[in-house]
Amino acid sequence: MSIQEVQEEIVNDFSAFEEWMDKYEYIIELGKSLPIIDSSEKIDSNLIKGCQSRVWVHTSFEDGKLFFTADSDAIITKGIISLLIKVYNGRTPSEILSSDLSFIDRIGLKENLTPTRTNGLLSMIEQIRTEASKHL
Amino acid sequence: MKLIEQIRSEFSYISQGCNGRSVVYFDNAATSQRPDSLLRKLDEWQRYANANVHRAVHCLSANATEHYEAARVAVRDFINASSEREIIFTSGTTASINLLANIFSQAKIGQGDIVLITQAEHHSNMVPWQMVCKSRGARLEYIPIKENGEWDLSILDGLLASSRVKIISAAHISNVLGIVNPVEELIKKAHSYGVPVHIDGAQGIVHSKVDVRALDCDFYSFSGHKMYAATGTGVLYGKLHFLEELPPWMGGGDMVDTVTYSGTTYNVPPLKFEAGTPNFIGQATLLPAIEFMKKLRSSEMIENEKRLIAYLEEELRRIDGLRVLGDSPARTLLFSFVVDGVHHSDIATLMDQMGFALRSGLLCSEPLIEKYGYNGVVRISPAPYNTLEECERFIKSLGKVISMLK
Repeated sequence: MSIQEVQEEIVNDFSAFEEWMDKYEYIIELGKSLPIIDSSEKIDSNLIKGCQSRVWVHTSFEDGKLFFTADSDAIITKGIISLLIKVYNGRTPSEILSSDLSFIDRIGLKENLTPTRTNGLLSMIEQIRTEASKHL
Repeated sequence: MKLIEQIRSEFSYISQGCNGRSVVYFDNAATSQRPDSLLRKLDEWQRYANANVHRAVHCLSANATEHYEAARVAVRDFINASSEREIIFTSGTTASINLLANIFSQAKIGQGDIVLITQAEHHSNMVPWQMVCKSRGARLEYIPIKENGEWDLSILDGLLASSRVKIISAAHISNVLGIVNPVEELIKKAHSYGVPVHIDGAQGIVHSKVDVRALDCDFYSFSGHKMYAATGTGVLYGKLHFLEELPPWMGGGDMVDTVTYSGTTYNVPPLKFEAGTPNFIGQATLLPAIEFMKKLRSSEMIENEKRLIAYLEEELRRIDGLRVLGDSPARTLLFSFVVDGVHHSDIATLMDQMGFALRSGLLCSEPLIEKYGYNGVVRISPAPYNTLEECERFIKSLGKVISMLK
């Protein structure tokens, strides 16, 4: 599946929720159920310190593809991160750089990307793109 | 119509909501919403009184100057200053404190001197002092706070007796703890050693009746936008003898007396400190804002405010695992809290979905929140025109959100 197709799939999954609460409960479940970073990688050098929530991101590059593991102390951020990883994991740098990230807005979570003083989620998206440029 | 209903009808967001959703705005400590009567004035002045102040002879400039100076007189009376010349307009509390830190340190702070603040200050009453202390070779010392959020003034005498303390700067009411500090006691003690005191009144002006002559503070700062005036407005009050003695900071515009190629003589206070074109229409709204504030201080509204404080104080503490920062009978309508095992930003995100605008994070007070051992808090700061029914809905929604996240 292409990045675009994975995003379509997520948007489709979320269209089943009529109430905002169901949508957030699903995100909270995603956040709770996924072990998405190895504890040895949860170190300060991988930390994006935000005013709201903290986000840890670890990147590796193998066989021309990028792999991400991440975590956050906030459960909603963590849930959205798990969706981001679903979209971007195992992609080539050029796939990442040529893609448009649209699903967060389309599933009605745009407010989580508000540029507050330091938004960990926004910084994570930026970091994914920076890592992709580095390995282009 | 009851006064509270009349006041509420002045805020369009209450009936119109935000992005089509109704919203209860509990983030007044960051900035207040503005009543329609004030917005109408703002609009009118943008159209018919927009010209640079103090400069031209034409009618538009005369109107603009009149409104700007009328606001200064209104502020003088509101805080009971001796003269309107003691009222410097700034863009907000942060600008007021930066101005004070710079002019005061130029004249009065040298190598080895001490500036004293408390551990419970907003970054805006900490960073400017850190900056000037660094450049003057001075030391910044902190009055400790106790677990309940009150000041521990026991170190004060020892420090003041050293005669190295040149100024004390402290918040009237902390933007995190929401309790009224004993500023009178601090000022009295400082003055007994001849040390001047600046009070950061960003929250104080909103929640208490400020009388700078009764307090006898030497400087007092506050923002207009937290007290219903336009954004980008604020005040630095200073006793006249200080303002006459201290040097200007920014140069240009209205702050001059005579300028020649070889040098400049300066205007008298307050204009000496108001370089460049001021936010004259914004500042002018301090007058209608003060008129509005007077309505909020009627006995009916004060009663309402007290009811909200008592209700929230009791109900918040009843929630399992919730801890309120600061514990004092001098509580104002401002509470910061944490909930065991639940992240502050998750609470704020879900409460936003529930229609409540709250603040979460470090609240521009990172050292204080870290001192309590947290990496963020949730803050609610309702306005006196909020209702008990809104607070009841808030408590119910908060309970629901916490159970979703636990």
